[in-house]
Amino acid sequence: MSLLALKDIHKSFASAEGPVAVLQGVSLAVQAGEVVALTGESGSGKSTLLHIAAGLEPVDAGQVLFGTQDMAALPDAGRAQLRRGTVGLVFQQFNLVPSLSVGANLAFQARLAGKHDAAFCTDLAARLGLADLLSRYPEQLSGGQQQRVAIGRALAARPEVLLADEPTGNLDEATGDAVFALMLELARAQGTGLLLVTHSARLAGQCDHAIHLRNGRLA
Amino acid sequence: MNVKVLLFCLLPAAPVLAQGFAGLGTDAEGFAVPERGRALQFPRDHGAHPDYRIEWWYLTATLQDADGRDYGAQWTLFRSALAPGESEGWDSPQVWMGHAGLTTPDTHFSAERFARGGIGQADVAAAPFAARIDDWHMTSTAPDGADAYSALQIAARDADFGYDLRLEANGPLVLHGQDGYSVKSAAGQASYYYSQPFYSVTGTLDLPGGPVAVTGQGWLDREWSSQPLASDQTGWDWFSIVLEDGHRLMGFQLRGRQTFTAGTWITPQGQATALPDGALSFTPQGTAQVAGRDIPVRWQIDWPEQGLSLQTAPVNPQSWMDLTVSYWEGPIRVTGSHDGRGYLEMTGY
Amino acid sequence: MTLQALLSHWARNKMQLAMLLAGLTLATALWSGVQALNAQARGAYATAAALVSTDGAARLESPSGQLPQALFVELRRAGVLVSPVAEGRFIMGDTRVTLLGIEPLTAPPGTAAALADGDLQGFLSGGGYAHPETVAQIGASDMALTPSQAVPVGTVLVDIGTAQTALGMADQISHLMLTGPAPDAMPEGLRMAQADAGAELDGLTDSFHLNLTAFGALAFAVGLFIVHSAVGLAFEQRRGLFRTLRSLGVPLRSLTLALALELALMALIAGLAGLGLGYVMAAALLPDVAATLRGLYGAPVPGSLQFSPVWALAGLAMAFAGAGLAGGQALWRLWHMPVLAPAQPRAWAIASGRAMRWQVVGALALGALAFVLGVFGSGLFAGFALLAAALLAAALLTPAALALCLRMAARLARAPVVQWFWADSRQNLPRLSLALMALMLALAANIGVGTMVASFRATFIGWLDQRLVAEMTVTPRDAAQARELEAFLTSRVDAVLPLRRVDATLAGQPGAVYAMRDHATFRDNWPLIQAAADSWDRLAGEQGALINEQLARRAGLWPGDRVALPGAGDVAILGVYPDYGNPLAQAIVTEDWFDRLYPDTPTRQLAIRTDDPDATRAALLDEFGLTAQAITDQAQAKALSLAIFERTFLITGALNVLTLSVAALALFATLVTLSGLRLVQLAPLWAMGLTVRQLAGLELARALVLAGLTMVLALPVGLMLAQVLLAVINVQAFGWRLPLQIFPADWARLAFWAGLAMLAASAWPAWRLWRGGGEPLLRVFAYER
Ligand SMILES: Nc1ncnc2c1ncn2[C@@H]1O[C@H](COP(=O)(O)OP(=O)(O)O)[C@@H](O)[C@H]1O
Ligand SMILES: [Mg+2]
Repeated sequence: MSLLALKDIHKSFASAEGPVAVLQGVSLAVQAGEVVALTGESGSGKSTLLHIAAGLEPVDAGQVLFGTQDMAALPDAGRAQLRRGTVGLVFQQFNLVPSLSVGANLAFQARLAGKHDAAFCTDLAARLGLADLLSRYPEQLSGGQQQRVAIGRALAARPEVLLADEPTGNLDEATGDAVFALMLELARAQGTGLLLVTHSARLAGQCDHAIHLRNGRLA
Repeated sequence: MNVKVLLFCLLPAAPVLAQGFAGLGTDAEGFAVPERGRALQFPRDHGAHPDYRIEWWYLTATLQDADGRDYGAQWTLFRSALAPGESEGWDSPQVWMGHAGLTTPDTHFSAERFARGGIGQADVAAAPFAARIDDWHMTSTAPDGADAYSALQIAARDADFGYDLRLEANGPLVLHGQDGYSVKSAAGQASYYYSQPFYSVTGTLDLPGGPVAVTGQGWLDREWSSQPLASDQTGWDWFSIVLEDGHRLMGFQLRGRQTFTAGTWITPQGQATALPDGALSFTPQGTAQVAGRDIPVRWQIDWPEQGLSLQTAPVNPQSWMDLTVSYWEGPIRVTGSHDGRGYLEMTGY
Repeated sequence: MTLQALLSHWARNKMQLAMLLAGLTLATALWSGVQALNAQARGAYATAAALVSTDGAARLESPSGQLPQALFVELRRAGVLVSPVAEGRFIMGDTRVTLLGIEPLTAPPGTAAALADGDLQGFLSGGGYAHPETVAQIGASDMALTPSQAVPVGTVLVDIGTAQTALGMADQISHLMLTGPAPDAMPEGLRMAQADAGAELDGLTDSFHLNLTAFGALAFAVGLFIVHSAVGLAFEQRRGLFRTLRSLGVPLRSLTLALALELALMALIAGLAGLGLGYVMAAALLPDVAATLRGLYGAPVPGSLQFSPVWALAGLAMAFAGAGLAGGQALWRLWHMPVLAPAQPRAWAIASGRAMRWQVVGALALGALAFVLGVFGSGLFAGFALLAAALLAAALLTPAALALCLRMAARLARAPVVQWFWADSRQNLPRLSLALMALMLALAANIGVGTMVASFRATFIGWLDQRLVAEMTVTPRDAAQARELEAFLTSRVDAVLPLRRVDATLAGQPGAVYAMRDHATFRDNWPLIQAAADSWDRLAGEQGALINEQLARRAGLWPGDRVALPGAGDVAILGVYPDYGNPLAQAIVTEDWFDRLYPDTPTRQLAIRTDDPDATRAALLDEFGLTAQAITDQAQAKALSLAIFERTFLITGALNVLTLSVAALALFATLVTLSGLRLVQLAPLWAMGLTVRQLAGLELARALVLAGLTMVLALPVGLMLAQVLLAVINVQAFGWRLPLQIFPADWARLAFWAGLAMLAASAWPAWRLWRGGGEPLLRVFAYER
């Protein structure tokens, strides 16, 4: 049984020219400790797919399963519970809580999920190069620094599934590689399933396998 | 519109002085009406006649100072009744209006006073005679037994002028019309009308420049009625003239669809001859712009039967009584077949 | 073209536009409404003045009240131009009116104008003229009444003869109007009262109008907060547009001009709407204001509003001034903006650390000013300046104080969501601070005015109970009836206490001297604020007088000082008694002395002490033949006094509610305009596992917490305000000082309303968030590619 399974997902958005089908029967599965890279052109539906996996976006048809739990069967509160404890999310932007310090941001989801571990958090911060920035506020950080806080925050909560949308998009290559490596390491060490959107074929190559989204289907 | 105009003009009893004369020709509802043949009695008729609508005590004086400068003075008390009769207190239907005028060759002063009857602010007592409104008065100073009008003191005063005059009559009272019954229109409207035209006057004028001692001649008119004018009569021109030979002439014309004239020729001894309608003729000779209107201030008066031909000229053409009820009233000089002085009153222009 | 580009912003931000217009409209409405009320009242005083005097002409009166009519005739005969007036209170039909009897032939021209179009003969034979409202109030009556706008409300203008008969004043008059020059020598027993009725009313009611104006200004200020925040936000949101336009070559001058033009357009629209609304508001409030002025000062103000173009222009000018004030900063910033300023809407109040420091500095400076005014200032104006400074200081301090509270709360918080809640609230504070300042002002004003009114009411009711001890009072028709009544009653009741007074100038103030019989009723009940030793015995011994608080405070006279009474010279002050609801100075001497000082003063009322009021009443009606209208029992008198009191503060209450509503609107406007920004802040939390329902709940909770904290901060400010109102403004305006009392139940009620207002203001954005599900939040993420 997979940690996360998406089955025959269909999703279209309303637009001025009528409905635009973005996903047309996408199925995929992520196993514990497995790292899956998701690639595709801009606008191909990668982010949408991730949002669906996180239970943020409802589907037109298809199933999202966490273990045996069907997402559609859960009430709003249940889905929120899932996001809090089971899923970690890293977005391209807009992902930090502006009113909390870096330290508080890092610990936030872990504490929300009741899985806070101060030592682990400190270690994580150090490894992400954030140790000196803990008392700063997001608006005082560069884009790359913010991205690392976002990744750290997701990792600190030790989710079962980590969904990351171009997590290294804002980082220079060296830092990006380092952060990517850290994510792989932690995912593998903690048995986290990792679904990762990237444009970099090089990074995709380092994953357990890579899937490519095109015309609403996996190629 | 001023409340006093309302009172004096719009009420049926408004005085003849008012312009337009609206409603004046109406029947005398409840009021006494002058009757031909009723003899006047003195001193009773010197006093007020509250059963008649309107009444006045009207004194004019042509005056000169020591330098021969001409002046004129006017003292008038009008009575107007809202209903016949008199009663005490505010219920009294009598309303009083006083007018005072003082004319110099270059200035004309006028003032007015109003009062309700019944409370003592204004009244006329027959014997001893006194006519009063506020501090203005016309009081008899005649000795006991003499006619009350044979000697008078009159005084009036306002913010910027005043006068105090003593009058001595050198002749008898004169009754106009038929023994004082004076017809005012071809339709027969009439009033009681008599005069004392023989006053010699001494006194003091209070002018802005200071007091001026004057002497001259005075003329008192007494008239009361309830229906003085015909409905089409719009105004009048009234003359009182003292000629140098001692004769007096009272003459007036009532302007209407048909002009109605009347007059009295008075000998120096006081013999009166009533002049019927049409005997006298009055012809305007020149007008002046007064208070925004054209007023004929120069007149030609003719009495062809007697060979009388007089031209009149005002001492001050601007003798406008600029009051609630306004009219022209001032001293005149008379030349022509006879010389003399007099007073002219013109209403309805 | 530029203007069009600018205006397109509003098409996309309709709510913002609505708020901007609503704020300016409300501000203009409240301000101009209050001005309309003031203008109407002042116009009414002028009407009243014109009716009874020629431009500021003096009147001649007797200190003991009435004059014989003969004196009028005597004066006229002496050449003094005077006109008689007989006036008095009179019951007509269903109401009590002032019967004003004049003599139309000698009256000044103003009076004549009142009679201009009507039936004069009817007037002289018993008809009356009255304001249409008064005619309606009277209903059926024996008198033929002609409606006339020139007669003040509550007055029936009649001929003097009619008035004398109706008022039982045969051959008596109340006073004389001088229509010509003053006499060289004042006749015996007469004195000249210089001020005409209008000027007197003006003086007395000035404080009331100042009060209203202060309220109007407060409301206007609160309204401007809304406008300022809306204009500021619109400016920030259009930074990008400005940059684009400028890089396209639009000169700064035309851009600024276009922005100014836009502002002017809004001011015009909102100003016109505000005028309309203000007019409606004023028309709705006028009956209460009129009732207050009539009850408190006897000022004849009609209850229906008239439109004045001057007022409309002034209101529009105020709208423009307000828009300029609120938008000036935006224009200034545009003028100083570099061509390539960052387009990112740098959350506009974020440079708030510095802003807040400046606010604190400003608050301290204003606080110091308020302190100085409180210690050294005197007069009504200083009082209001003190209030304004203190309120503004408190408002400026609000964000800093709230930030401090939130910081402390965040320290104490353990749970992450709670921590975030406080931190987030604090971080959003600058954006809300203007609206919260407005709320603070409104709440403090509510608490202050509410406490003042409640303190006043409590004191007033206690005082009424003490003062209105007589079981009933009887108003005799005239002096003769007063004597008969006293004789009739003496054997039937415990005590008959006649009320006599003469008008007098006391320490330079208009007022009256009253006679008081030495009786246990007064010794036991008459409240005194300060008393000399043995004050009652010494009063009975004719060693001095009691004076009312108004006189004591205005003239600074207290027991131990002396006051000059007409005819008696300087007499010792034996005590000071509170005298609420009366604007005039008073002194009381014992009855015997009074009768020697002012002989033949008529008795105006008789107070009756009796165990059996019903029997007394029956005896008065059946045996004596008095009309029921002449008898007022204690309960009636109390009810009347209380009714006047309540009405007096009805307008205050209404303005309170309006001010609070404006503050709520300010909050609503801010929260709505901020809701887009909030989505960005909330989306991560949603993604991290909070439900939209939780988030919406937290939004509501935040609003409530901020309202609660603001309320807590407003409490001391409100109490300070109440204290200033009671101890400074009231003393200056009315002449009495009241103890501050505390009414926590009122605060609870206010807190409830404030909470409700806050909930109402935050409900819509929260509801939108909740109803939208994740949809709006998700859109935040959807923009990332
Ligand atoms: N909420 C939405 N409403 C309408 N269209 C959307 C929405 N979210 C995404 N889309 C559209 O769906 C398509 C896929 O978007 P997205 O998943 O963000 O692509 P990717 O992340 O692969 O660049 C795009 O064409 C985008 O415009
Ligand atoms: Mg994407």
